[in-house]
Amino acid sequence: MAIEKIFKDDASEEKGERARMASFVGAIAITDLVKTTLGPKGMDKILQSTGRGHGVTVTNDGATILKSLHIDNPAAKVLIDISKVQDDEVGDGTTSVVVLAGELLREAEKLVAAKIHPMTIISGYRMAAECARNALLQRVADNKGSAEKFRSDLMKIAMTTLSSKILSQDKVYFAQLAVDAVMRLKGSTNLEAIQIIKKPGGSLRDSFLDEGFILDKKIGLGQPKRIENAKILVANTAMDTDKVKIYGARVRVDSMSKVAEIEGAEKEKMREKVQKIIAHGINCFVNRQLIYNFPEELFADAGVLAIEHADFDGIERLALVTGGEIASTFDNPESVKLGHCDLIEEIMIGEDKLIHFSGVEMGQACTIVLRGASHHVLDEAERSLHDALCVLSQTVNDTRVLFGGGWPEMVMAKEVDELARKTPGKKSHAIEAFSRALVAIPTIIADNAGLDSADLVAQLRAAHHKEGCNAGIDVISGSVGDMADLGISESFKVKQAVLLSATEAAEMILRVDEIITCAPRQREDRM
Amino acid sequence: MALAFDEYGRPFIILKEQDQKTRLRGLEAQKANISAGKAVARILRTSLGPKGMDKILQSPDGDVTITNDGATILEQMDVDNQIAKLMVELSRSQDYEIGDGTTGVVVMAGALLEQAERLLERGIHPIRIAEGYEMASRIAVEHLEHISKKFDFGATNIEPLVQTCMTTLSSKIVNRCKRHLAEISVKAVLSVADLERKDVNLDMIKVEGKVGGKLEDTELIYGITVDKDMSHPQMPKQIEDAKIAILTCPFEPPKPKTKHKVDIDTVEKFQTLRLQEQKYFDDMVQKCKDVGATLVICQWGFDDEANHLLMHRNLPAVRWVGGVELELIAIATGGRIVPRFQELTTEKLGRAGLVREKSFGTTKDKMLYIEHCANSRAVTIFIRGGNKMMIEETKRSIHDALCVARNLIRNNSIVYGGGSAEISCSIAVEAAADKYPGVEQYAIRAFADALDSVPMALAENSGLQPIETLSAVKSQQIKENNPHYGIDCNDVGTNDMRQQDVFETLIGKQQQILLATQVVKMILKIDDVISPSDY
Repeated sequence: MAIEKIFKDDASEEKGERARMASFVGAIAITDLVKTTLGPKGMDKILQSTGRGHGVTVTNDGATILKSLHIDNPAAKVLIDISKVQDDEVGDGTTSVVVLAGELLREAEKLVAAKIHPMTIISGYRMAAECARNALLQRVADNKGSAEKFRSDLMKIAMTTLSSKILSQDKVYFAQLAVDAVMRLKGSTNLEAIQIIKKPGGSLRDSFLDEGFILDKKIGLGQPKRIENAKILVANTAMDTDKVKIYGARVRVDSMSKVAEIEGAEKEKMREKVQKIIAHGINCFVNRQLIYNFPEELFADAGVLAIEHADFDGIERLALVTGGEIASTFDNPESVKLGHCDLIEEIMIGEDKLIHFSGVEMGQACTIVLRGASHHVLDEAERSLHDALCVLSQTVNDTRVLFGGGWPEMVMAKEVDELARKTPGKKSHAIEAFSRALVAIPTIIADNAGLDSADLVAQLRAAHHKEGCNAGIDVISGSVGDMADLGISESFKVKQAVLLSATEAAEMILRVDEIITCAPRQREDRM
Repeated sequence: MALAFDEYGRPFIILKEQDQKTRLRGLEAQKANISAGKAVARILRTSLGPKGMDKILQSPDGDVTITNDGATILEQMDVDNQIAKLMVELSRSQDYEIGDGTTGVVVMAGALLEQAERLLERGIHPIRIAEGYEMASRIAVEHLEHISKKFDFGATNIEPLVQTCMTTLSSKIVNRCKRHLAEISVKAVLSVADLERKDVNLDMIKVEGKVGGKLEDTELIYGITVDKDMSHPQMPKQIEDAKIAILTCPFEPPKPKTKHKVDIDTVEKFQTLRLQEQKYFDDMVQKCKDVGATLVICQWGFDDEANHLLMHRNLPAVRWVGGVELELIAIATGGRIVPRFQELTTEKLGRAGLVREKSFGTTKDKMLYIEHCANSRAVTIFIRGGNKMMIEETKRSIHDALCVARNLIRNNSIVYGGGSAEISCSIAVEAAADKYPGVEQYAIRAFADALDSVPMALAENSGLQPIETLSAVKSQQIKENNPHYGIDCNDVGTNDMRQQDVFETLIGKQQQILLATQVVKMILKIDDVISPSDY
C-alpha cells in the first residue's frame, strides 16, 4: 500500500526546490509587471475591472496596480501586501519596494542555484540591509533649523514625487500646491483635512488650492446666496420628521381629526426645533442629514442659509475650519460654539455650483480643486497628488532628506560592497548580491527612460567612488548629473521604509521550503 | 470486502453496505498508519531548530500564512487522514499545555513510529513495542529530572528568563531582534505574574499588531490599547488622570425586553413622550457626569443626540468597544463594568494616569492608549512590522515566548537545548535497556534511537553532517559525563550549550516525550481499519 494521501482532495503540496521555484517565479513575475512604471519616464497601465461596466483605470501607481490584481501565487501576495503597507504608512515608493524585493529574490535565486543555503543568504541580506541603512543615515541632510531651506526641500521632494506621475507637466505648479496644503496642516498627518474635489473640464493647469473651504452642495431655494460675516452652526440632527426614539412607540388614533392634531403637534415640534436653532443667532446652518421642505422654508423665512446632506467628512472638515462644534441638541444656545467665516457664497466651477466658505478662522483645512480633461485623468491626478501629500506630511514629521535619481541606491550599494569585501564566509556572496539588487533600481530607471543603462550605471558607479559625490541619473538630459543642482530629493523615511520592508519580505519568501495549498472553498455558481 | 464466508465461499453480510467498504488489517493496517504519521512528521522536520525553514500555507479562501510554528502548520493543513489527524491533535495539545515545542513533539512521534515499523517487521508484537516505549519514556523523563537545573530569578534578575525566551524565538523569523522581543515578553509576563502562587494569567497580556514601521518598534505598553477612536471628532485627544466609567448599556432610550407598545393617541401624549425622551438622554449623561467620570467607555453605540450631549458636557466617550477589551480595561483600571446607569457610583469608576489617541500612517488609523493604570497588571504588547504575515508570525512567536516564560515561573527547572537533553536521554535509555529481560529490550533501544532523531534533524537543518555531528557529540557526552553538549546550530564554535545559553523548560521537554509516546502507543494498538471507500 502506497503512502496514504494525507490531505483532502484538491489540496496540493509543493516541497523543497519546487516550492522555492514557485515563490521565486511568482515574485519575479510581479516585479516585472510593475517594473516598467518606475521612474520619471515610467509607463502607465490600463486596468479593467471584471465588475459591471468594466470600469477602466489608467495609473502608474504601484499600489493601485497591485491592489487590483487577482493573484493566486502566495509569494506574489506577500509582495502585494508590502506595497499596500507602504502605501498606508508613507504613501509613496510603492513601486520601488516591490521592485527591490523582486530584485533581491532574483539575486537570491542565483545564489540558491549556486548551492548556497537560504539561511546563509538571509543572514547576509540582514547584514547588508543594516549597513545600507547606516550608509543612508550618514549621508542624510536635515534642514529642520531653517524654515526657508526646509520649504525648498519640501518643494524638491514634491517635484520628484510628481515627476513620475501624470502631473509631471505641471509639476512645479502642483508641487507648490501640495507644499502649501501640507504646510497648513502644521505637522499633523491627518490628510483628511485636505479635501480634493474633482471636476471634469478645463485643463490640469486650472486646478487650484483654495484657502477656504468648498462644499460640494447646493444652497436651498429662496435662501440668501451670499452671506458676509457668517455665523455657522454645524449640526448632525434629523430635520425630516423627528422620530420618537422610545422603543415601541406608535401612533394609534381613532379619528381623522386626531391625526390632524398629531400632525399639527409634529409640525409644532419641528417649528420649535427650528426656532431653537435660529435662536443661536446664526445665519448659516449646515446639517449632515436631510432637511425637509418644511424646516427649509422656515429657515428661508428667517433668512438663514440651510445646507442639507453634507456628508460625514464634509461636516468634520467644516467643523475643523470654522472652529464650530458639531451639535445635535439645541437647548442651550449660549454654550454651543459657533463657527465663523467672513464670506459664504455660491461659486461656479465648470458647470457645477459649489458653496465656498472663505476667510475661515482656523487655517488647518483647505481644498484642492482638480480640473482635467477626463475622469481617468482626474483619478490619476488625485492619486498622484495624494502620494505627494503623504510624502510631504511624513517629511514634515521626519525632516531628514536624501537626494533622488538613484543616488541613495548607489550610496548604499557602495557601502554594502565594502562590507562584502570585509566579510569572510559565504555570507559575502549574499551581501554582494544585495548591492547588485540595489544597483538594479537606477538601471531600471535608466532603462525605462530609453537610455543606455549599462553605460550610465557604470559612470554613476565611478562617480560615486569619490567621497561626498551627489551624482545621480538625470533622466531629462540622459546623463549623469549632480542631484543637488537638479534639485531632486526624496524623503529619508520613504527610502528607509522601502529598504526595510523589501528586505523583510524577501527574507520571508526565502525562508519557505514548502507550500501547502488547501482545497479552494466550494462556492455555489452564481451564474 | 468480506469478513466471513460460508462453506461455499459466499460472503456473509455483516456490516452495513459491506461491499462498499475497504478494510485493512494486521501488519498492513499498522504500516499504513505508520506511514501516514511519518508523512506528517516529515513535513515538520525541516522546520525544527534555529535554521528551520518556513512553510507557506494557503487557506481555502486564498489567504496566505507563512509560519514555522508546528501547531499552526498542522492546524491549517486541512488533513484528511485519520492518523494524520491524531498527529495534529498531538501538536495542538502540546500547544495548549506548554505553548512551545509543537514541532519537536511531532518529529519525535514520527521517529518513534519509524523505529516501531522496523520492530514490527522483525515480528515483535505491537503491544510489546508499546510497553517497551512506555518504560523507556519513564526512564527518559526521570533522567531529564536528573539532569535538569534550577535557577533563580526575581523581579530584578530577569536575565535567565530572557535567555530562555531567546532560545524559543531564535527559531522564528523574528530572530533578528530576538533580544528585544524576549525582554518584552519576560517583562510582560513578570508584570502580570503572581510570584507567590507561581501562576500567570496569560489572558492579561494582550498582543496587538498593526502593519507599518519596523519590528524594532514593537513595544510593551503598561496598559491597554483599543483599536477605536473618540466617538466625536472634537473630543479631547488626551486625558490625564482619567476616571473611567465602563458601561455595557447603550446611550439610547431603554428597550425593555418584554414586548410592549406605547400608544400615542392625543397631542398631549405625543408631547410628554417627547419631553420624556429628551430627559432620558439628559439623565444618562448627567449620571455619568455626577459620579465624576472624565471618560466613558461603552460597549454599545450612541445616539447622535447623546453623542452631542456628551461632547457638550465635555465628557469624552468611546463607543463600540469589544467585550474582551472592556474586561481588560476594567481589570487594568480597577473599575467595575456597569450594566445600568442607575448603578453608576464613584467607586465603580476605573482610573488611568493617561489616556491618549494616537494616529498611524497616512490613512485615518487611530488607536486609543490607556496607560498608567491603577492596577498595572494588564499589559499590551504592540507589534509593528512590514506586512500582515510578518505581524501574524510575530504574534505566534511572542505567544510561544510568553508561554515559555510562564512555564518557567511555574517551575523554574530547565534543561539545556540544542538537542543536548535528547542525546543525554538517549544515552541513559540505551544503558537502561540492557537491564530489561524480554522483547521490550528491543523497543527500549529503538526508543533511544528515536530520541537521536531530534538532534539529527537539528544538525541536518543547520547544514551540518548529521551522523558525524551526532556521533561526535554523543561520544563527547559519554567521555566527559557532561549532559550539556548539543548541536552547534548557529556556528558559534562551541557545542557546550551552557556557554551558548541555550535552554528549554523541563516541563516542556518532559511533556514532549510523554505526549509523543502516548500517541505512538495509540497508533500501534490499531490493527484494523475499516473505512468507507470513495463514493
